[in-house]
Amino acid sequence: MKYLMAKGFHILPVNPAYAGSEIVGQKAHAALAEIGTPVDVVDIFRNSEAALQVTREAIDLGAKVVWMQLGVRNDEAAKLAEDAGLKVVMNRCPKIEYGRLSGEIGWLGVNRRLIDNRKPLLFGKGGTMKHQR
Amino acid sequence: MSAEQKPGFNTLAIHAGAHPDPATGARVTPIYQTTSFVFENTDHAAALFNLETFGNIYTRIMNPTQGVLEERIAALEGGTAALAVASGHAAQVLVFHALLEPGDEFIAARQLYGGSINQFTQSFKKFNWNVRFADTDDPESFRAALTPKTKAIFVESIANPGGIITDIAAISAIAKEAGVPLIVDNTLATPYLMRPIEHGADIIVHSLTKFLGGHGNSIGGAIVDCGTFDWMKSGRYPTLSEPSSSYHGITFAETFGNFAFAIACRVFSLRDLGPAISPFNAFLILTGIETLPLRMQRHCDNALAVAEWLSGHDKVAWVSYAGLPGSKFHALAKRYCPHGSGAVLTFGLKGGYDAGVKLVGNVKLFSHLANIGDTRSLIIHPASTTHRQLSDEHRVRAGAGPEVVRLSVGLEDVADIIGDLDQALAEV
Repeated sequence: MKYLMAKGFHILPVNPAYAGSEIVGQKAHAALAEIGTPVDVVDIFRNSEAALQVTREAIDLGAKVVWMQLGVRNDEAAKLAEDAGLKVVMNRCPKIEYGRLSGEIGWLGVNRRLIDNRKPLLFGKGGTMKHQR
Repeated sequence: MSAEQKPGFNTLAIHAGAHPDPATGARVTPIYQTTSFVFENTDHAAALFNLETFGNIYTRIMNPTQGVLEERIAALEGGTAALAVASGHAAQVLVFHALLEPGDEFIAARQLYGGSINQFTQSFKKFNWNVRFADTDDPESFRAALTPKTKAIFVESIANPGGIITDIAAISAIAKEAGVPLIVDNTLATPYLMRPIEHGADIIVHSLTKFLGGHGNSIGGAIVDCGTFDWMKSGRYPTLSEPSSSYHGITFAETFGNFAFAIACRVFSLRDLGPAISPFNAFLILTGIETLPLRMQRHCDNALAVAEWLSGHDKVAWVSYAGLPGSKFHALAKRYCPHGSGAVLTFGLKGGYDAGVKLVGNVKLFSHLANIGDTRSLIIHPASTTHRQLSDEHRVRAGAGPEVVRLSVGLEDVADIIGDLDQALAEV
Protein backbone atom coordinates (compact mmCIF):
# COMPACT_ATOMS: atom_id res chain seq x y z
CA MET A 1 0.00 0.00 0.00
CA LYS A 2 2.86 2.36 0.94
CA TYR A 3 4.58 1.62 -2.37
CA LEU A 4 1.56 2.43 -4.51
CA MET A 5 0.84 5.58 -2.51
CA ALA A 6 4.44 6.68 -3.07
CA LYS A 7 3.82 6.25 -6.79
CA GLY A 8 0.85 8.59 -6.66
CA PHE A 9 -2.07 6.21 -6.30
CA HIS A 10 -4.85 7.17 -3.90
CA ILE A 11 -5.60 4.05 -1.84
CA LEU A 12 -8.83 3.51 0.12
CA PRO A 13 -8.53 0.52 2.49
CA VAL A 14 -11.66 -1.63 2.98
CA ASN A 15 -11.55 -3.87 6.03
CA PRO A 16 -14.50 -4.32 8.42
CA ALA A 17 -12.11 -5.09 11.28
CA TYR A 18 -10.52 -1.65 10.95
CA ALA A 19 -13.60 0.41 10.03
CA GLY A 20 -13.34 3.87 11.49
CA SER A 21 -9.60 3.71 12.19
CA GLU A 22 -6.64 4.32 9.87
CA ILE A 23 -4.40 2.01 7.86
CA VAL A 24 -1.11 3.67 6.72
CA GLY A 25 -2.71 7.04 7.39
CA GLN A 26 -5.84 6.36 5.28
CA LYS A 27 -9.35 6.07 6.74
CA ALA A 28 -10.54 2.45 6.52
CA HIS A 29 -14.08 1.66 5.30
CA ALA A 30 -16.26 -1.25 6.45
CA ALA A 31 -17.43 -2.18 2.96
CA LEU A 32 -16.92 -1.23 -0.70
CA ALA A 33 -20.44 0.17 -0.91
CA GLU A 34 -19.58 2.74 1.79
CA ILE A 35 -17.03 4.49 -0.40
CA GLY A 36 -18.68 7.64 -1.67
CA THR A 37 -16.14 8.57 -4.32
CA PRO A 38 -15.44 7.01 -7.73
CA VAL A 39 -13.07 4.06 -7.66
CA ASP A 40 -10.92 2.90 -10.61
CA VAL A 41 -9.44 -0.36 -9.34
CA VAL A 42 -10.70 -2.80 -6.72
CA ASP A 43 -7.65 -4.73 -5.43
CA ILE A 44 -8.73 -8.00 -3.79
CA PHE A 45 -6.66 -9.37 -0.89
CA ARG A 46 -9.15 -12.12 -0.03
CA ASN A 47 -9.04 -15.81 -0.91
CA SER A 48 -10.14 -17.07 -4.32
CA GLU A 49 -13.65 -18.04 -3.17
CA ALA A 50 -14.36 -14.67 -1.52
CA ALA A 51 -13.20 -12.91 -4.69
CA LEU A 52 -16.55 -13.64 -6.40
CA GLN A 53 -18.63 -11.59 -3.96
CA VAL A 54 -16.09 -8.76 -3.91
CA THR A 55 -16.12 -8.73 -7.72
CA ARG A 56 -19.93 -8.35 -7.72
CA GLU A 57 -19.58 -5.40 -5.35
CA ALA A 58 -16.84 -3.91 -7.54
CA ILE A 59 -19.09 -4.08 -10.59
CA ASP A 60 -21.94 -2.41 -8.63
CA LEU A 61 -19.51 0.29 -7.53
CA GLY A 62 -18.70 1.17 -11.14
CA ALA A 63 -15.03 0.23 -10.89
CA LYS A 64 -13.04 -0.11 -14.14
CA VAL A 65 -10.65 -2.86 -13.01
CA VAL A 66 -10.80 -5.89 -10.74
CA TRP A 67 -7.33 -6.93 -9.54
CA MET A 68 -6.74 -10.15 -7.59
CA GLN A 69 -3.53 -10.59 -5.64
CA LEU A 70 -0.81 -13.24 -5.89
CA GLY A 71 -2.38 -16.65 -5.41
CA VAL A 72 -5.93 -15.36 -5.91
CA ARG A 73 -7.77 -16.58 -8.98
CA ASN A 74 -11.48 -16.94 -9.66
CA ASP A 75 -12.42 -17.56 -13.28
CA GLU A 76 -16.16 -17.15 -12.66
CA ALA A 77 -15.57 -13.75 -11.10
CA ALA A 78 -13.28 -12.82 -13.98
CA LYS A 79 -15.92 -13.67 -16.57
CA LEU A 80 -18.58 -11.74 -14.66
CA ALA A 81 -16.37 -8.67 -14.55
CA GLU A 82 -15.25 -8.86 -18.17
CA ASP A 83 -18.85 -9.31 -19.35
CA ALA A 84 -19.69 -6.13 -17.43
CA GLY A 85 -16.93 -4.29 -19.29
CA LEU A 86 -14.27 -4.31 -16.56
CA LYS A 87 -10.61 -5.27 -17.02
CA VAL A 88 -9.40 -8.16 -14.85
CA VAL A 89 -5.97 -9.04 -13.51
CA MET A 90 -5.49 -12.21 -11.45
CA ASN A 91 -2.61 -13.71 -9.48
CA ARG A 92 -0.44 -10.62 -9.67
CA CYS A 93 0.93 -8.11 -7.19
CA PRO A 94 0.49 -4.48 -8.34
CA LYS A 95 3.78 -3.49 -6.69
CA ILE A 96 5.68 -6.12 -8.65
CA GLU A 97 3.90 -5.27 -11.90
CA TYR A 98 4.52 -1.54 -11.41
CA GLY A 99 8.14 -2.29 -10.61
CA ARG A 100 8.42 -4.48 -13.70
CA LEU A 101 6.92 -1.99 -16.12
CA SER A 102 8.60 1.08 -14.64
CA GLY A 103 12.02 -0.54 -14.71
CA GLU A 104 12.62 -0.39 -10.95
CA ILE A 105 12.46 -4.09 -10.36
CA GLY A 106 15.07 -4.74 -13.02
CA TRP A 107 17.54 -3.50 -10.43
CA LEU A 108 16.87 -6.72 -8.52
CA GLY A 109 17.59 -8.89 -11.53
CA VAL A 110 13.96 -9.64 -12.29
CA ASN A 111 13.10 -10.60 -15.87
CA ARG A 112 10.71 -7.81 -16.83
CA ARG A 113 10.08 -9.42 -20.23
CA LEU A 114 10.20 -6.16 -22.13
CA ILE A 115 12.68 -4.25 -24.27
CA ASP A 116 12.42 -0.48 -24.73
CA ASN A 117 15.37 1.56 -25.94
CA ARG A 118 13.78 5.00 -25.79
CA LYS A 119 15.69 7.35 -23.49
CA PRO A 120 13.92 7.30 -20.13
CA LEU A 121 13.27 10.39 -18.00
CA LEU A 122 15.24 10.65 -14.79
CA PHE A 123 13.74 8.35 -12.19
CA GLY A 124 10.81 9.65 -10.27
CA LYS A 125 7.12 8.94 -10.08
CA GLY A 126 6.31 6.70 -13.00
CA GLY A 127 9.95 5.67 -13.43
CA THR A 128 11.01 4.76 -16.91
CA MET A 129 7.45 4.52 -18.21
CA LYS A 130 7.68 8.14 -19.34
CA HIS A 131 9.95 8.80 -22.28
CA GLN A 132 11.21 11.92 -23.99
CA ARG A 133 9.40 11.99 -27.32
CA MET B 1 8.45 -3.73 -31.04
CA SER B 2 4.87 -4.88 -30.66
CA ALA B 3 3.74 -6.04 -27.26
CA GLU B 4 2.75 -9.47 -28.59
CA GLN B 5 5.94 -10.34 -30.45
CA LYS B 6 8.42 -12.21 -28.27
CA PRO B 7 12.02 -11.17 -29.02
CA GLY B 8 14.31 -13.85 -30.40
CA PHE B 9 17.41 -15.16 -28.67
CA ASN B 10 19.85 -12.94 -30.58
CA THR B 11 17.78 -9.86 -29.72
CA LEU B 12 17.61 -10.79 -26.04
CA ALA B 13 21.35 -11.42 -25.92
CA ILE B 14 21.97 -7.82 -26.93
CA HIS B 15 19.09 -5.95 -25.30
CA ALA B 16 17.42 -7.76 -22.38
CA GLY B 17 17.79 -5.77 -19.18
CA ALA B 18 19.40 -2.75 -20.79
CA HIS B 19 18.15 0.73 -21.65
CA PRO B 20 19.83 4.06 -22.43
CA ASP B 21 21.07 5.90 -19.35
CA PRO B 22 18.48 8.45 -18.22
CA ALA B 23 21.08 10.82 -16.74
CA THR B 24 23.30 11.18 -19.80
CA GLY B 25 21.71 9.33 -22.71
CA ALA B 26 24.67 6.94 -22.77
CA ARG B 27 23.69 3.98 -24.91
CA VAL B 28 25.87 1.32 -23.34
CA THR B 29 25.21 0.27 -19.73
CA PRO B 30 27.35 2.46 -17.48
CA ILE B 31 29.79 0.86 -15.07
CA TYR B 32 28.43 1.99 -11.72
CA GLN B 33 31.75 1.72 -9.93
CA THR B 34 30.28 2.84 -6.62
CA THR B 35 29.90 1.07 -3.32
CA SER B 36 26.82 2.99 -2.15
CA PHE B 37 23.81 4.99 -3.27
CA VAL B 38 22.23 8.09 -1.67
CA PHE B 39 18.73 7.95 -0.22
CA GLU B 40 16.03 10.53 -0.90
CA ASN B 41 15.27 10.79 2.82
CA THR B 42 15.10 8.50 5.88
CA ASP B 43 11.68 7.17 4.88
CA HIS B 44 13.04 6.15 1.50
CA ALA B 45 16.02 4.49 3.20
CA ALA B 46 13.75 2.60 5.59
CA ALA B 47 11.50 1.46 2.76
CA LEU B 48 14.51 0.10 0.86
CA PHE B 49 15.86 -1.80 3.86
CA ASN B 50 12.39 -3.25 4.54
CA LEU B 51 12.04 -4.43 0.92
CA GLU B 52 8.96 -2.19 0.67
CA THR B 53 10.32 -0.46 -2.39
CA PHE B 54 12.87 -1.31 -5.11
CA GLY B 55 16.11 0.56 -5.49
CA ASN B 56 19.82 0.57 -4.74
CA ILE B 57 21.44 0.53 -1.34
CA TYR B 58 24.89 -1.06 -1.43
CA THR B 59 26.89 -2.90 -4.05
CA ARG B 60 27.33 -6.01 -1.91
CA ILE B 61 23.57 -6.55 -2.38
CA MET B 62 22.72 -4.91 -5.70
CA ASN B 63 24.22 -2.62 -8.32
CA PRO B 64 22.65 -1.23 -11.51
CA THR B 65 25.32 -2.63 -13.85
CA GLN B 66 24.90 -6.01 -12.18
CA GLY B 67 21.11 -5.64 -12.48
CA VAL B 68 21.31 -5.41 -16.26
CA LEU B 69 23.48 -8.52 -16.36
CA GLU B 70 21.04 -10.37 -14.12
CA GLU B 71 18.01 -9.52 -16.18
CA ARG B 72 19.91 -10.45 -19.35
CA ILE B 73 20.70 -13.92 -17.96
CA ALA B 74 17.17 -14.44 -16.60
CA ALA B 75 15.71 -13.53 -19.98
CA LEU B 76 18.07 -15.83 -21.92
CA GLU B 77 17.31 -18.77 -19.63
CA GLY B 78 13.59 -18.00 -19.54
CA GLY B 79 13.67 -17.64 -15.76
CA THR B 80 11.83 -15.18 -13.57
CA ALA B 81 14.91 -13.51 -12.04
CA ALA B 82 18.65 -13.95 -11.63
CA LEU B 83 21.41 -13.01 -9.21
CA ALA B 84 24.99 -12.34 -10.33
CA VAL B 85 27.72 -13.09 -7.81
CA ALA B 86 31.50 -13.26 -7.58
CA SER B 87 31.99 -16.73 -9.08
CA GLY B 88 30.25 -19.95 -10.05
CA HIS B 89 31.44 -21.46 -6.77
CA ALA B 90 29.83 -18.54 -4.91
CA ALA B 91 26.58 -19.09 -6.80
CA GLN B 92 26.56 -22.70 -5.62
CA VAL B 93 27.28 -21.75 -1.99
CA LEU B 94 24.42 -19.25 -1.97
CA VAL B 95 21.96 -21.66 -3.58
CA PHE B 96 22.65 -24.35 -0.99
CA HIS B 97 22.75 -21.81 1.83
CA ALA B 98 19.19 -20.76 0.93
CA LEU B 99 18.00 -24.37 0.53
CA LEU B 100 19.70 -26.43 3.22
CA GLU B 101 19.95 -26.59 7.01
CA PRO B 102 22.85 -28.39 8.75
CA GLY B 103 22.28 -32.13 8.57
CA ASP B 104 20.44 -31.97 5.24
CA GLU B 105 21.47 -34.00 2.21
CA PHE B 106 21.51 -33.41 -1.52
CA ILE B 107 22.23 -35.67 -4.49
CA ALA B 108 24.83 -34.69 -7.08
CA ALA B 109 25.95 -36.35 -10.27
CA ARG B 110 29.47 -37.81 -10.16
CA GLN B 111 30.07 -36.34 -13.61
CA LEU B 112 30.90 -32.83 -12.50
CA TYR B 113 33.61 -30.21 -12.69
CA GLY B 114 36.31 -31.19 -10.17
CA GLY B 115 35.91 -27.88 -8.35
CA SER B 116 32.27 -28.66 -7.60
CA ILE B 117 33.18 -32.12 -6.32
CA ASN B 118 35.75 -30.54 -3.98
CA GLN B 119 33.27 -27.93 -2.81
CA PHE B 120 30.63 -30.55 -2.06
CA THR B 121 32.87 -33.11 -0.39
CA GLN B 122 35.17 -30.73 1.49
CA SER B 123 33.63 -27.36 2.36
CA PHE B 124 29.94 -28.27 2.30
CA LYS B 125 30.75 -31.22 4.53
CA LYS B 126 32.19 -28.71 6.98
CA PHE B 127 28.77 -26.99 7.10
CA ASN B 128 27.15 -30.41 7.59
CA TRP B 129 25.51 -30.27 4.14
CA ASN B 130 25.97 -33.84 2.96
CA VAL B 131 26.25 -34.93 -0.65
CA ARG B 132 25.34 -38.33 -2.05
CA PHE B 133 26.53 -39.10 -5.56
CA ALA B 134 24.63 -40.67 -8.43
CA ASP B 135 25.46 -41.31 -12.08
CA THR B 136 24.21 -38.99 -14.77
CA ASP B 137 23.92 -41.77 -17.33
CA ASP B 138 21.78 -43.84 -14.95
CA PRO B 139 18.86 -41.67 -13.83
CA GLU B 140 17.57 -44.44 -11.55
CA SER B 141 20.74 -44.05 -9.48
CA PHE B 142 19.32 -40.68 -8.39
CA ARG B 143 16.18 -42.35 -7.11
CA ALA B 144 18.32 -44.90 -5.27
CA ALA B 145 20.24 -42.09 -3.56
CA LEU B 146 17.12 -40.42 -2.16
CA THR B 147 16.68 -40.42 1.60
CA PRO B 148 14.19 -38.59 3.84
CA LYS B 149 16.88 -35.94 4.31
CA THR B 150 17.35 -35.18 0.60
CA LYS B 151 16.56 -31.55 -0.16
CA ALA B 152 17.88 -31.01 -3.72
CA ILE B 153 19.39 -32.67 -6.79
CA PHE B 154 22.34 -31.14 -8.69
CA VAL B 155 23.53 -31.98 -12.21
CA GLU B 156 25.44 -30.35 -15.06
CA SER B 157 23.58 -30.12 -18.39
CA ILE B 158 26.70 -30.80 -20.43
CA ALA B 159 29.18 -32.23 -17.97
CA ASN B 160 32.73 -31.04 -17.50
CA PRO B 161 35.30 -32.32 -18.58
CA GLY B 162 33.33 -33.11 -21.62
CA GLY B 163 31.26 -35.32 -23.77
CA ILE B 164 28.47 -36.17 -21.37
CA ILE B 165 24.92 -34.91 -21.86
CA THR B 166 22.54 -35.27 -18.93
CA ASP B 167 18.99 -36.52 -19.45
CA ILE B 168 17.56 -33.63 -17.47
CA ALA B 169 13.92 -34.57 -18.05
CA ALA B 170 14.43 -38.04 -16.58
CA ILE B 171 16.14 -36.68 -13.47
CA SER B 172 13.55 -33.89 -13.20
CA ALA B 173 10.81 -36.51 -12.99
CA ILE B 174 12.59 -38.10 -10.02
CA ALA B 175 13.09 -34.73 -8.36
CA LYS B 176 9.41 -33.87 -8.78
CA GLU B 177 8.32 -37.20 -7.31
CA ALA B 178 10.57 -36.57 -4.33
CA GLY B 179 9.34 -32.98 -3.97
CA VAL B 180 12.83 -31.47 -4.22
CA PRO B 181 14.16 -28.77 -6.57
CA LEU B 182 16.44 -29.70 -9.47
CA ILE B 183 19.50 -27.49 -9.82
CA VAL B 184 21.23 -27.53 -13.20
CA ASP B 185 24.67 -26.09 -13.84
CA ASN B 186 24.30 -24.89 -17.43
CA THR B 187 27.81 -23.44 -17.76
CA LEU B 188 29.16 -25.55 -20.61
CA ALA B 189 25.97 -25.38 -22.68
CA THR B 190 24.78 -21.82 -22.03
CA PRO B 191 21.15 -21.06 -22.84
CA TYR B 192 22.10 -20.83 -26.52
CA LEU B 193 22.54 -24.60 -26.71
CA MET B 194 20.10 -25.67 -24.04
CA ARG B 195 17.55 -24.17 -21.67
CA PRO B 196 17.21 -26.40 -18.62
CA ILE B 197 13.92 -24.74 -17.64
CA GLU B 198 12.35 -26.42 -20.68
CA HIS B 199 13.25 -29.82 -19.23
CA GLY B 200 12.19 -29.34 -15.62
CA ALA B 201 14.99 -27.42 -13.91
CA ASP B 202 13.94 -25.30 -10.93
CA ILE B 203 17.21 -23.46 -10.34
CA ILE B 204 20.04 -22.86 -12.82
CA VAL B 205 23.60 -21.90 -11.93
CA HIS B 206 26.36 -20.56 -14.14
CA SER B 207 29.99 -19.80 -14.03
CA LEU B 208 29.89 -16.54 -15.99
CA THR B 209 33.69 -16.84 -16.15
CA LYS B 210 33.24 -19.34 -18.97
CA PHE B 211 31.16 -19.12 -22.15
CA LEU B 212 28.74 -16.40 -21.10
CA GLY B 213 31.50 -13.86 -20.48
CA GLY B 214 33.34 -15.67 -23.21
CA HIS B 215 36.63 -13.77 -23.26
CA GLY B 216 38.55 -15.13 -20.29
CA ASN B 217 38.74 -11.78 -18.56
CA SER B 218 36.26 -11.84 -15.66
CA ILE B 219 35.33 -14.22 -12.87
CA GLY B 220 31.62 -14.28 -12.14
CA GLY B 221 28.69 -16.53 -11.29
CA ALA B 222 24.92 -16.49 -11.53
CA ILE B 223 21.84 -18.07 -10.02
CA VAL B 224 18.65 -18.19 -12.11
CA ASP B 225 15.25 -18.71 -10.51
CA CYS B 226 13.02 -20.66 -12.88
CA GLY B 227 9.98 -19.72 -10.84
CA THR B 228 8.71 -23.29 -10.98
CA PHE B 229 9.08 -24.68 -7.45
CA ASP B 230 6.37 -24.46 -4.78
CA TRP B 231 8.35 -23.47 -1.69
CA MET B 232 5.32 -23.41 0.60
CA LYS B 233 4.12 -26.94 -0.14
CA SER B 234 6.39 -29.19 1.91
CA GLY B 235 7.47 -26.82 4.65
CA ARG B 236 11.01 -28.18 4.25
CA TYR B 237 12.54 -24.92 2.98
CA PRO B 238 12.08 -22.57 5.96
CA THR B 239 14.21 -19.80 4.48
CA LEU B 240 11.58 -19.46 1.76
CA SER B 241 8.42 -20.50 3.58
CA GLU B 242 8.82 -19.15 7.11
CA PRO B 243 8.69 -15.50 8.25
CA SER B 244 12.12 -13.87 7.96
CA SER B 245 13.19 -12.42 11.29
CA SER B 246 15.56 -9.88 9.76
CA TYR B 247 12.85 -8.56 7.45
CA HIS B 248 10.10 -8.00 10.01
CA GLY B 249 8.43 -11.32 9.44
CA ILE B 250 7.81 -11.27 5.68
CA THR B 251 7.72 -14.69 4.06
CA PHE B 252 9.71 -14.60 0.82
CA ALA B 253 7.60 -17.18 -0.99
CA GLU B 254 4.41 -15.25 -0.23
CA THR B 255 5.68 -11.75 -0.86
CA PHE B 256 7.71 -12.38 -4.01
CA GLY B 257 5.77 -15.19 -5.65
CA ASN B 258 7.63 -16.86 -8.48
CA PHE B 259 10.94 -15.02 -8.04
CA ALA B 260 11.16 -15.53 -4.28
CA PHE B 261 14.16 -17.84 -4.50
CA ALA B 262 16.30 -15.28 -6.34
CA ILE B 263 15.27 -12.60 -3.83
CA ALA B 264 16.09 -14.82 -0.84
CA CYS B 265 19.51 -15.65 -2.31
CA ARG B 266 20.15 -11.92 -2.61
CA VAL B 267 18.68 -10.30 0.48
CA PHE B 268 19.57 -13.14 2.84
CA SER B 269 22.39 -15.37 1.55
CA LEU B 270 24.35 -12.77 -0.44
CA ARG B 271 23.70 -10.13 2.19
CA ASP B 272 25.24 -12.27 4.93
CA LEU B 273 27.93 -14.21 3.05
CA GLY B 274 29.06 -11.39 0.79
CA PRO B 275 30.50 -12.74 -2.52
CA ALA B 276 29.51 -9.73 -4.61
CA ILE B 277 30.43 -9.41 -8.28
CA SER B 278 32.47 -6.39 -9.29
CA PRO B 279 30.50 -3.87 -11.39
CA PHE B 280 33.39 -3.86 -13.84
CA ASN B 281 33.29 -7.65 -14.19
CA ALA B 282 29.53 -7.43 -14.66
CA PHE B 283 30.09 -4.95 -17.49
CA LEU B 284 32.65 -7.10 -19.28
CA ILE B 285 30.53 -10.22 -18.96
CA LEU B 286 27.47 -8.30 -20.21
CA THR B 287 29.45 -7.20 -23.26
CA GLY B 288 30.54 -10.76 -23.90
CA ILE B 289 26.96 -12.02 -23.75
CA GLU B 290 25.96 -9.76 -26.66
CA THR B 291 27.76 -12.11 -29.04
CA LEU B 292 26.86 -15.36 -27.23
CA PRO B 293 24.87 -16.90 -30.10
CA LEU B 294 27.58 -16.19 -32.68
CA ARG B 295 30.38 -17.39 -30.44
CA MET B 296 28.67 -20.56 -29.26
CA GLN B 297 27.84 -21.67 -32.79
CA ARG B 298 31.44 -21.16 -33.91
CA HIS B 299 32.71 -22.95 -30.77
CA CYS B 300 30.50 -25.95 -31.59
CA ASP B 301 31.40 -26.05 -35.28
CA ASN B 302 35.12 -25.85 -34.51
CA ALA B 303 34.90 -28.43 -31.71
CA LEU B 304 33.15 -30.93 -33.95
CA ALA B 305 35.83 -30.54 -36.61
CA VAL B 306 38.57 -31.02 -34.01
CA ALA B 307 36.80 -34.04 -32.50
CA GLU B 308 36.46 -35.64 -35.92
CA TRP B 309 40.13 -35.01 -36.73
CA LEU B 310 41.30 -36.42 -33.39
CA SER B 311 39.15 -39.53 -33.89
CA GLY B 312 41.26 -40.40 -36.91
CA HIS B 313 44.63 -39.86 -35.21
CA ASP B 314 46.76 -42.90 -34.48
CA LYS B 315 48.07 -41.59 -31.14
CA VAL B 316 44.53 -41.01 -29.84
CA ALA B 317 42.82 -43.94 -28.12
CA TRP B 318 39.36 -42.40 -27.81
CA VAL B 319 37.52 -39.08 -28.07
CA SER B 320 34.63 -38.06 -25.84
CA TYR B 321 32.41 -35.51 -27.59
CA ALA B 322 28.65 -35.90 -27.81
CA GLY B 323 28.59 -34.36 -31.29
CA LEU B 324 30.36 -37.43 -32.69
CA PRO B 325 27.94 -40.02 -34.07
CA GLY B 326 29.80 -42.78 -32.20
CA SER B 327 29.31 -41.12 -28.79
CA LYS B 328 26.95 -42.90 -26.44
CA PHE B 329 25.47 -39.47 -25.67
CA HIS B 330 24.86 -38.56 -29.31
CA ALA B 331 21.13 -39.22 -29.18
CA LEU B 332 20.79 -37.11 -26.04
CA ALA B 333 22.80 -34.36 -27.72
CA LYS B 334 20.47 -34.30 -30.71
CA ARG B 335 17.53 -34.07 -28.35
CA TYR B 336 18.82 -31.56 -25.81
CA CYS B 337 21.27 -29.39 -27.75
CA PRO B 338 20.56 -29.66 -31.47
CA HIS B 339 22.69 -26.62 -32.35
CA GLY B 340 25.83 -28.37 -31.14
CA SER B 341 27.51 -30.17 -28.27
CA GLY B 342 29.64 -27.34 -26.92
CA ALA B 343 33.29 -26.47 -27.11
CA VAL B 344 34.70 -28.79 -24.46
CA LEU B 345 35.86 -32.29 -25.27
CA THR B 346 38.26 -34.85 -23.86
CA PHE B 347 40.40 -37.45 -25.51
CA GLY B 348 42.67 -40.21 -24.28
CA LEU B 349 46.23 -40.58 -25.43
CA LYS B 350 47.59 -44.02 -26.08
CA GLY B 351 50.78 -42.87 -24.39
CA GLY B 352 48.95 -42.32 -21.09
CA TYR B 353 49.81 -39.80 -18.36
CA ASP B 354 53.27 -38.95 -19.72
CA ALA B 355 51.94 -38.35 -23.22
CA GLY B 356 49.35 -35.99 -21.76
CA VAL B 357 51.97 -34.00 -19.93
CA LYS B 358 54.14 -33.84 -23.08
CA LEU B 359 51.27 -32.74 -25.29
CA VAL B 360 50.36 -29.73 -23.17
CA GLY B 361 54.03 -28.76 -23.25
CA ASN B 362 54.16 -28.88 -27.06
CA VAL B 363 51.21 -26.74 -28.11
CA LYS B 364 51.87 -23.19 -29.33
CA LEU B 365 48.45 -21.84 -30.29
CA PHE B 366 46.54 -23.55 -27.49
CA SER B 367 47.01 -21.98 -24.05
CA HIS B 368 47.80 -24.34 -21.21
CA LEU B 369 45.69 -23.05 -18.37
CA ALA B 370 42.77 -23.89 -16.09
CA ASN B 371 39.69 -22.44 -17.75
CA ILE B 372 37.18 -23.16 -20.44
CA GLY B 373 34.99 -20.92 -22.54
CA ASP B 374 37.42 -18.36 -23.94
CA THR B 375 37.73 -17.08 -27.50
CA ARG B 376 41.17 -18.71 -27.29
CA SER B 377 41.67 -22.44 -27.56
CA LEU B 378 42.65 -23.93 -24.21
CA ILE B 379 44.20 -27.21 -23.17
CA ILE B 380 44.73 -28.96 -19.85
CA HIS B 381 45.62 -32.33 -18.45
CA PRO B 382 42.96 -32.66 -15.69
CA ALA B 383 44.63 -35.48 -13.78
CA SER B 384 47.62 -33.28 -12.96
CA THR B 385 45.61 -30.09 -12.38
CA THR B 386 41.85 -29.43 -12.10
CA HIS B 387 41.05 -32.90 -10.83
CA ARG B 388 44.35 -33.44 -8.99
CA GLN B 389 42.84 -32.92 -5.56
CA LEU B 390 40.29 -35.67 -6.07
CA SER B 391 40.76 -39.27 -5.11
CA ASP B 392 41.73 -41.66 -7.94
CA GLU B 393 38.21 -43.06 -7.86
CA HIS B 394 36.50 -39.67 -8.09
CA ARG B 395 38.91 -38.64 -10.84
CA VAL B 396 38.17 -41.60 -13.08
CA ARG B 397 34.41 -41.42 -12.43
CA ALA B 398 34.52 -37.73 -13.37
CA GLY B 399 36.16 -38.61 -16.69
CA ALA B 400 39.59 -37.28 -15.73
CA GLY B 401 41.77 -40.40 -15.65
CA PRO B 402 45.56 -40.24 -16.15
CA GLU B 403 45.54 -40.34 -19.98
CA VAL B 404 42.83 -37.72 -20.44
CA VAL B 405 43.43 -34.35 -22.09
CA ARG B 406 40.68 -31.71 -22.09
CA LEU B 407 40.28 -29.08 -24.79
CA SER B 408 38.15 -25.97 -24.82
CA VAL B 409 38.07 -25.26 -28.53
CA GLY B 410 38.19 -21.55 -29.32
CA LEU B 411 37.18 -19.31 -32.17
CA GLU B 412 40.41 -19.29 -34.16
CA ASP B 413 40.47 -20.56 -37.75
CA VAL B 414 39.86 -24.28 -37.40
CA ALA B 415 42.82 -25.07 -39.69
CA ASP B 416 45.10 -23.31 -37.22
CA ILE B 417 43.58 -25.13 -34.25
CA ILE B 418 44.03 -28.51 -35.89
CA GLY B 419 47.46 -27.52 -37.18
CA ASP B 420 48.64 -26.81 -33.65
CA LEU B 421 47.38 -30.15 -32.33
CA ASP B 422 48.96 -31.88 -35.32
CA GLN B 423 52.46 -30.50 -34.68
CA ALA B 424 52.13 -31.06 -30.93
CA LEU B 425 50.99 -34.67 -31.28
CA ALA B 426 53.80 -35.40 -33.73
CA GLU B 427 56.29 -34.90 -30.91
CA VAL B 428 54.44 -37.05 -28.36
